[in-house]
Amino acid sequence: MYVAVKGGERAIDNAHEWLAEERRGDPAVPELSVAQIREQMKLAVNRVMAEGSLYDPDLAALAIKQSRGDLIEAIFLIRAYRTTLPRIGHSEPVDTGAMICDRRVSATFKDAPGGQVLGPTFDYTHRLLDFKLAAEGETPRAQEVEAARKETPRITDFLNRDGLIQKETPSDETPPDMTRAPMEYPANRALRLQALTRGDEGFVLGMAYSTQRGYGRNHPFVGELRIGKVPVEMEIPELGFAVEIGEIDLTECETVNQFAGSKTEPPQFTRGYGLVFGQTERKAISMALVDRSLRWEELGEDNVGAPAQDEEFVLSHSDNIQATGFLEHIKLPHYVDFQSELELVRRMRAEAQASYKDAAE
Amino acid sequence: MQTEALTGGFANPPIDSAAGFRAALNAMARPGKIETVSGGSAPAPVSTAAAVLLLTLCDAETPLYLAPGVDGQAMRDWVAFHIGAPLVEAEQAQFALGDWEALAPIERFRIGTTEYPDRSATLIVEMPDLSNDGASLSGPGIETIAQLSLPEIEAFRANRALFPLGLDFYFCAGERLAALPRSTKVEAA
Amino acid sequence: MAKAEQEKTERQAWMGLLAKSSPARLAALMDTASDMPDFTWLRVPEAGGVMVRGRMGGTGAPFNLGEMTVTRCALRLASGEVGHAYVQGRDKAHAQRAALVDALMQTDRALDLRATVLDPLESEREAQIATRAAKAAATKVDFFTMVRGED
Repeated sequence: MYVAVKGGERAIDNAHEWLAEERRGDPAVPELSVAQIREQMKLAVNRVMAEGSLYDPDLAALAIKQSRGDLIEAIFLIRAYRTTLPRIGHSEPVDTGAMICDRRVSATFKDAPGGQVLGPTFDYTHRLLDFKLAAEGETPRAQEVEAARKETPRITDFLNRDGLIQKETPSDETPPDMTRAPMEYPANRALRLQALTRGDEGFVLGMAYSTQRGYGRNHPFVGELRIGKVPVEMEIPELGFAVEIGEIDLTECETVNQFAGSKTEPPQFTRGYGLVFGQTERKAISMALVDRSLRWEELGEDNVGAPAQDEEFVLSHSDNIQATGFLEHIKLPHYVDFQSELELVRRMRAEAQASYKDAAE
Repeated sequence: MQTEALTGGFANPPIDSAAGFRAALNAMARPGKIETVSGGSAPAPVSTAAAVLLLTLCDAETPLYLAPGVDGQAMRDWVAFHIGAPLVEAEQAQFALGDWEALAPIERFRIGTTEYPDRSATLIVEMPDLSNDGASLSGPGIETIAQLSLPEIEAFRANRALFPLGLDFYFCAGERLAALPRSTKVEAA
Repeated sequence: MAKAEQEKTERQAWMGLLAKSSPARLAALMDTASDMPDFTWLRVPEAGGVMVRGRMGGTGAPFNLGEMTVTRCALRLASGEVGHAYVQGRDKAHAQRAALVDALMQTDRALDLRATVLDPLESEREAQIATRAAKAAATKVDFFTMVRGED
């Protein structure tokens, strides 16, 4: 038997109205503006931009407001909006070497040229709740020191000079785009990096952590972590030259892994790479670890069967919008599907009981 | 870049491209049905209908082939400014523009793969005229039979035989356009 | 040829500056500049996405990082100069202002606009960068040696 039903329109409308009221909360408390979220919830905005795969702080802040702070819902809103934008083109690859750094640290070289610049970091805080923040107060002012405008060369360049690290070969190849063509396995490194940079922070962190704990042994140093602004340049066909079309905050992490050599490669250091929109350092470090782990094949390492070595596993589960879509759809009405299962189970029970009765007689 | 290349785009892109898309969709869904479009113009000799199709269907990610006759600096500049589509050889094209003789041999265009039949080319064919006579069309989207003044029969029969692979066609004359998807059976009237 | 090259470099510089400028600031500066001329649209302002690319290891092969919002437009002054704009974000009025400045910079009003719009934008931007760099410099670690082992 099949019964098609419809309805619930009024219930849905009312639910959405109540949602809007709940979103606002107690009207006695001043409403948050999008600008307040953009400026004061910046790391949440960064995460929404990175995983929404769209750099636009105002839109990300709006999405956070609309989603009542549910970041995965906010990312969903950004992804949906992103699909409505005409694709104007692609940028030249950004030059992170020319980044104006807010933060730049290396865990491998104490005296790296350019120095260890901590920037606005949570590191070395005591993780004690600061009750002063509960009271509105004065804005603290950061110290300033005369800054010599100096280059901050890449740490890996030093190792590169001595041939101690695997080289990255520059190319102008057009990279595949997972937002345009369906994923196919095996994927290449360009596709993996695109999937990881927009992947769920929690998932990528978990995968990275698993490699540190021994699931695919991978002992990296953070060769360099830098956060700052880079200009974005695009070739303009009607002008015949490239111009800067904006400027974005990025976090870049390069990990350096000891590598004993393989059938094809001499002993040297190898690299993992993380590059993420905004100040998103946990994500960038995680991305670098997982990138390195997924490179086992090209480096001639053994696949020890660790989850973080399994490209298809990592890439097909890293997207939180895909994941939440499939997961959450099971709460929506499945009355008919369940009806058929219910009937099946009833019939099987009846049959089982009948045969039991037969056997007993 | 000459200013000629900078004109001829949609004045109101969201509305104009929606209207263009509706016409393109109707034409493809009803093979042989002639639609009239407006709002775009490309350097001569490209027709209004072809310009509207390019502005509507193509962008920076759809490699385009310009056949001899429509290829030229003015057209290349127009494409660069309004569409941004990379200009490629016939073998790599997702869209191609030209008259029927210039597009031949059509065997060189991509017909898709069994996994992705959509990875095939759409040919925008410039015609001196377009009318509902000539070849008989039947198949999906046609109630009984339709007629369209196709430039020939055999090439389209061969294309139909490749289904689900194959090419799709738009035919343009002035402001009028019609379409022939790979699923349509073509016979001499 | 050298002149063409120089003109190109200058245009790249002002277009880049306009792209990175704050919409509110550019609007305020242009209000103080003298009247804006009439123009016709060649491309009405359109917001879209540009796929930003990075390089593996910072220097290797390119990969797609994610999109950013960009608004572009093109216009032509009655005197014939064509102005183009590609600016970050979704502000159409901002793109229009940037394209107007780009067109006017090719006319005899260039010096005027340089002084009233571009120079202030540039110096404010420099000051912002310097302030941030000074804050970063204040967080630079000075190591000092506690003990040096001899054996």
